[in-house]
Amino acid sequence: MSKLICHQEKLNESIIQALVEVCPFNALEAKNGTLEITAACKMCKICVKKGPKGVMEFVEEVSTTVDKDLWKGIGVYVDHVEGEIHPVTYELIGKAKELAAVVNFPVYCVFIGNDIKDKAQELLYYGVDEVFVYDYEELNHFRIEPYTAAFEDFIQKMKPSSLLVGATTIGRSLAPRVAARFQTGLTADCTTLEMKENTDLVQIRPAFGGNIMAQIICPNTRPQMATVRYKVMDAPEKQCEPKGKITLCELDPSKLVSAIKVLKVTRKEIEENISDAEVIIAVGRALKSEKDMAMIQELAQLLGAQIAGTRPLVEAGWINAKQQIGLSGRTVKPKLIITLGISGAVQFAAGMNSSEQIFAINKDPHASIFNIAHYGIIGDIYEVVPQLIEDIKSSRPLACAR
Amino acid sequence: MQILVCIKQVPGTSKIDVDPITGVLKRDGVDSKMNPYDLFAIETALRLKEQKGGTIKVISMGPPQAKEVIKEAFMMGADEGVLVSDRKFAGADVLATSYAISQGVRQLGNLDLILCGKQTTDGDTAQVGPEMAEYLGIPHIANVLKIIEVKESSILVEMDMANTIEMAEIQFPCLLTVEKDIFQPRLPSYKKKLSTKDREIKTITFNDLEDKNEKRYGLSGSPTQVERIFPPSVNSDRETWTGTGAELSSQITDKLKQLKFI
Ligand SMILES: Cc1cc2nc3c(=O)[nH]c(=O)nc-3n(C[C@H](O)[C@H](O)[C@H](O)COP(=O)(O)OP(=O)(O)OC[C@H]3O[C@@H](n4cnc5c(N)ncnc54)[C@H](O)[C@@H]3O)c2cc1C
Ligand SMILES: Cc1cc2nc3c(=O)[nH]c(=O)nc-3n(C[C@H](O)[C@H](O)[C@H](O)COP(=O)(O)OP(=O)(O)OC[C@H]3O[C@@H](n4cnc5c(N)ncnc54)[C@H](O)[C@@H]3O)c2cc1C
Ligand code: SF4
Repeated sequence: MSKLICHQEKLNESIIQALVEVCPFNALEAKNGTLEITAACKMCKICVKKGPKGVMEFVEEVSTTVDKDLWKGIGVYVDHVEGEIHPVTYELIGKAKELAAVVNFPVYCVFIGNDIKDKAQELLYYGVDEVFVYDYEELNHFRIEPYTAAFEDFIQKMKPSSLLVGATTIGRSLAPRVAARFQTGLTADCTTLEMKENTDLVQIRPAFGGNIMAQIICPNTRPQMATVRYKVMDAPEKQCEPKGKITLCELDPSKLVSAIKVLKVTRKEIEENISDAEVIIAVGRALKSEKDMAMIQELAQLLGAQIAGTRPLVEAGWINAKQQIGLSGRTVKPKLIITLGISGAVQFAAGMNSSEQIFAINKDPHASIFNIAHYGIIGDIYEVVPQLIEDIKSSRPLACAR
Repeated sequence: MQILVCIKQVPGTSKIDVDPITGVLKRDGVDSKMNPYDLFAIETALRLKEQKGGTIKVISMGPPQAKEVIKEAFMMGADEGVLVSDRKFAGADVLATSYAISQGVRQLGNLDLILCGKQTTDGDTAQVGPEMAEYLGIPHIANVLKIIEVKESSILVEMDMANTIEMAEIQFPCLLTVEKDIFQPRLPSYKKKLSTKDREIKTITFNDLEDKNEKRYGLSGSPTQVERIFPPSVNSDRETWTGTGAELSSQITDKLKQLKFI
């Protein structure tokens, strides 16, 4: 077992003091001249690296590693509800292909459900080498035991080196279960994935509510597993001809039993809430009349954005109160916000200034919105927006007919 | 009904900075609190107990200081508390954490229901619940929005999916991870604080566990390795563009493409 050791004989008052201070987790306690490592220790090794030299030592155990040559290929879990494939699946296929290219691996999909054989065909348009299909009535709804069993069967059969799973409700429930079954590592909500020559997957993820990023590897176990949220990776373009093959897999009936019965599935009414929006178009008093909202709506639709605005627009009744951003409205933190004819009053800015990308269009070069915008566009919204709608429309790639 | 709630102590604030040069987490002050998502799990347990009777146990794995969150659970109405704590558990990732807790859970006798929060505010993986369920060999349902009915040997719940809500019935014993807002958590009661202040909190250490294979715990039992920690990159671009409507528009389109919004 890897251990952290304190060489007590090298201690003195000031060294103890220094070590107690260097540990960020308060895991080092001074006890009449000695130093105790408590259960608060996170094995971060900071005391070894940053503390007085040679006092704290980390003794690494040579861990038994797997034979990485036995584990090949990258598997993607096909996320779906009742056969309707979630788009995160295509994004993961795109990433898997990129990763696979580095080490010359095939890309597999594992598709678990009921009456899905035909739907598996669709995946072959995205450059997957082989789709493994588990098609049973008992797999109609996501139930943890049989789904885990099918996933396990796929892993046993193909021994994939890495597995990518969408961080959806299903993925976040299924992936950890599978990881525990194989006693392997699982990195949650990865935003960056890179493949090393030795087939180790470098995974970067946010933690502490996005306040820090952690780079994580899983060098001694296989398969390496990662979940990835929707809209983080890019889907590959759909090809005109399907490639690869579909393999139907069998599962022992004893593995299909479950202690869960799904009684009812109800479609959710998706209530739009600007606080959760990833893309927002925010409009301000530059808008001359209510009918101009049509052009805003068109732009929003093209970008998959929700519409929000400043207080004067709420007061005018052109948008509703739930769409107001700011001190007396809502706080938003989208990936992209485009403000159109908004001056950037502090009361407004307070509700949106931690957005990831801020584009601001305003004709007044001195407008204070430009102090917080990443891209300040000095121009008239009535000139820029209609043109922008055209440009976005014509920039869509002409993929092969679906 | 025998209910167990899993609770974790987390830093009091998620506003954590990383020293860009040393890569060290800078924590101002040492205040810590109960993972806020776990309050919903405790509240769920209390509601179920009000309906069906029984006992509520809470378990936490962490340093001795984590007893504080167990005490807080007492103040809300939990009956018994167990701390899983040992230096040998240090440096655990999700796998080793789940394994150690599940080993601890095996010391607690029969349970009908185990409740977990949706996720934590520090590690933030939402994986501990399902991995524990696997180690305990019981079924689980994650993202539970609502408890509909508790029956003799099963519980009816609603689970939140991307576009649908599923109603499902799950047999005991099982594990549920509950969504925020499943119930409004009550505040700790001062009266309970006084009446529970001497209540014993049992500590389970490595030596109490059934499986004493050291390789399954702490850093050694953790397949994931955190190679480095760094602050997220923020967009520090500050550009101002001028031009005709058409020029500006094509500039915006290009940037949006580059940023993958188109
Ligand atoms: C207590 C308090 C709370 C408040 N809370 C909020 C709040 O929660 N949310 C909120 O939004 N406001 C709030 N306000 C109001 C806030 O102070 C501002 O008055 C408001 O945000 C201004 O909205 P605006 O930017 O749309 O309008 P203006 O400030 O009038 O700005 C319009 C901008 O559009 C530009 N413009 C005009 N025509 C064009 C064109 N054709 N093309 C391009 N640009 C053009 C102008 O240069 C100008 O900068 C609050 C105020 C108070 C006192
Ligand atoms: C920056 C950073 C990133 C990390 N990333 C990963 C990673 O991707 N993969 C990985 O395997 N490990 C990772 N870890 C380690 C991991 O966070 C810790 O091992 C932690 O114990 C796992 O729990 P969590 O905080 O993610 O809990 P979650 O899985 O989010 O917690 C869900 C629920 O489980 C219960 N629970 C969780 N922890 C405890 C506990 N200690 N005692 C009692 N109940 C508990 C609670 O009910 C909680 O609401 C990371 C750590 C850091 C600091
Ligand atoms: S390894 Fe990290 S947590 Fe443990 S004693 Fe050293 S500095 Fe503290």
